[in-house]
Amino acid sequence: MGRDEFVFLLIGLKWTVALSVVAFICGCIAGLIVALARTSGITLLERITAGYIAVFQGTPLLMQLFVVYYGLALIGIRMDAWAAVSVGLTLHASAYLGEIWRGSIEAVPKGQTEAAKALALRYFSRMKDVVLPQAIRISLPATIGFLVQLIKGTSLASIVGFTELTRAGNIISNQIFQPITVFGIVGILYFLMCCPLTIYGAHLERKFAASTR
Amino acid sequence: MNYTLDFTPVIDGLPSLLSACLGTFFLAICGMLLATVIGIGGVVLRQSPIKALRWLVIGFVEIIRNTPFLVQIFFIYFALPLAGIRLDPTPTAIIALGINGGAYAIEIIRGGVQSISKGQMEAGLALGLHKAQVFRLIILKPALRAIYPSLTSQFVLLTLSTSIASAISAYELTSVSQRIESDSFRSFEVYFTVTVFYLVISWVMMRIFAFFSARYFSYPVK
Amino acid sequence: MTQAAIQADASDAMITMTGVGKWYGAFQALHNVDITVAQGEKIVLCGPSGSGKSTLIRCINHLEAYQEGEIRVGGMLLGHQSKTIDAVRREVGMVFQQFNLFPHLTVLQNCMLAPVKALGLGKADAEERARQLLERVKISEQAEKYPAQLSGGQQQRVAIARALCMRPKVMLFDEPTSALDPEMVKEVLDTMIALAEEGMTMICVTHEMGFARQVADRVIFMASGAIVEEAPPAEFFSNPQHERTRKFLGEILGRH
Repeated sequence: MGRDEFVFLLIGLKWTVALSVVAFICGCIAGLIVALARTSGITLLERITAGYIAVFQGTPLLMQLFVVYYGLALIGIRMDAWAAVSVGLTLHASAYLGEIWRGSIEAVPKGQTEAAKALALRYFSRMKDVVLPQAIRISLPATIGFLVQLIKGTSLASIVGFTELTRAGNIISNQIFQPITVFGIVGILYFLMCCPLTIYGAHLERKFAASTR
Repeated sequence: MNYTLDFTPVIDGLPSLLSACLGTFFLAICGMLLATVIGIGGVVLRQSPIKALRWLVIGFVEIIRNTPFLVQIFFIYFALPLAGIRLDPTPTAIIALGINGGAYAIEIIRGGVQSISKGQMEAGLALGLHKAQVFRLIILKPALRAIYPSLTSQFVLLTLSTSIASAISAYELTSVSQRIESDSFRSFEVYFTVTVFYLVISWVMMRIFAFFSARYFSYPVK
Repeated sequence: MTQAAIQADASDAMITMTGVGKWYGAFQALHNVDITVAQGEKIVLCGPSGSGKSTLIRCINHLEAYQEGEIRVGGMLLGHQSKTIDAVRREVGMVFQQFNLFPHLTVLQNCMLAPVKALGLGKADAEERARQLLERVKISEQAEKYPAQLSGGQQQRVAIARALCMRPKVMLFDEPTSALDPEMVKEVLDTMIALAEEGMTMICVTHEMGFARQVADRVIFMASGAIVEEAPPAEFFSNPQHERTRKFLGEILGRH
């Protein structure tokens, strides 16, 4: 494998990073809304978001990408693969992050909400100033764990036809007939992205476990 | 906008889609069994007194957990023939699923083994039971209970990731649906229906797991 | 001591420990321990934490291996082969600080497990025995419940019944009331007192000095892995011989 092929992989890597960042940031925003709706105490909202989460957790990411990709085209929104995959991954992330954060919001002791209420704080301030800061701290290891899942999940964009790292690897592999070398390098590139995050997540988890003991 | 939904190709393809569901179940169940074997073996090696073996297991787990399954399945697909092993796509996919699920199972089972207090072991021994009896009668059930939720949700994830085996054309639901899609161009209709199928498959899996949990692990804990 | 006296002593003794030594790596946990416990005798072992008292009773049923000296239980030499260890464990009951009931079994099943699996008793016999003993520790109405549904004091009484179901010749108690809320200590101590009155041979590691005064034939004080002093309770409490014993008693009685 030559220099040109490696540069091609790196361009694919750039798109993998871009896809991960966009999907994670948009997924965080949408996921927060999902989590708040899921814990709102309003039965209808809770049911709808519970169903939303169950659908995304009960179907393969690949199918979610297909349905979003062709579904958007169907309702007349013409998008290139990059935008469609971003939307698909964002929805996927919003459901998983929504569920992770629901758990951490519920893990904040009830007394915190009660104390905030007793201090005459309204819902917005109760969440923003009291509950969420604690919930985010609790959720951090799981959130980082999901970020790793998401980065790995972007590889499925290659099946939909978007040229990120894995598809770049496929293309090169078909050109130079060295699949082991190419997918080995592709794997290493993913590993270099994900492993530091995994280690950081495990470190946070230990730190958190030690501080609550 | 004048697109009208047409599910005719889906309805025509229903028999092959339904039998493909069995293919998905087959991949998933074989993958789970292999993952369990790898998980138990990995935990045993992980406790080994030989440092190199322990690091081998740690390295294996981290490599698998930090790379995409799609890349793993491609790698295995191309690497097996080089090692002189010629297999059809479906057995190849089972091996890939087992290896991937096994890495997660190692971490989960290890946590379960660590969760059992030394006191339980001692109480059994003090009552005159043999080590094997203590493991079988006293340790096993609480340990299984401890790992059951994470292990089964990992198995549901494994079931969902069988769809990725379509990338090497293993026989399962997604690859069959891709064939119907490319014949009919009714992409949305096909994938929407198949998504519902997957939802049912994972729901059935979860019900089965919950049934066993209620049956075998329903004792109260603090 | 004449030969005849040694013979008589040995046949009377339920437990003899002679020159027992134990190491954790380089750390010596027990130094040359000699104890003889006669049948029906009640011993209270006390001492500061880390003094080796728990280690000592855990050697008697071989939860800890000892490296030096010998231990005999009911005349049997406690070696290191699993056969003699199992034989000794069937004769010796143990009650733990953390109860260690099996969470996945009901109270009744907890009591029946070892008689069926280790003694080969029939299920019906084991159940009858278990119900009798649960009656004796006054907890028979909880037989179908799981450990997590009981209070700490109730759990510990079940643990006592579970050990008694093996019809042991000796009962070992490893700080049985230390993990209990104060209001539950009495119910467990009352159970132990009743057991003592029936003539059970008992070795209790405990800081309950009221229990020691009332029940013990001898109190043994340990420090740094060795026996410092042993005496009948009246003497032990009124006239301790050693400085370390006095200091320990001052701390523990002053606290109460």
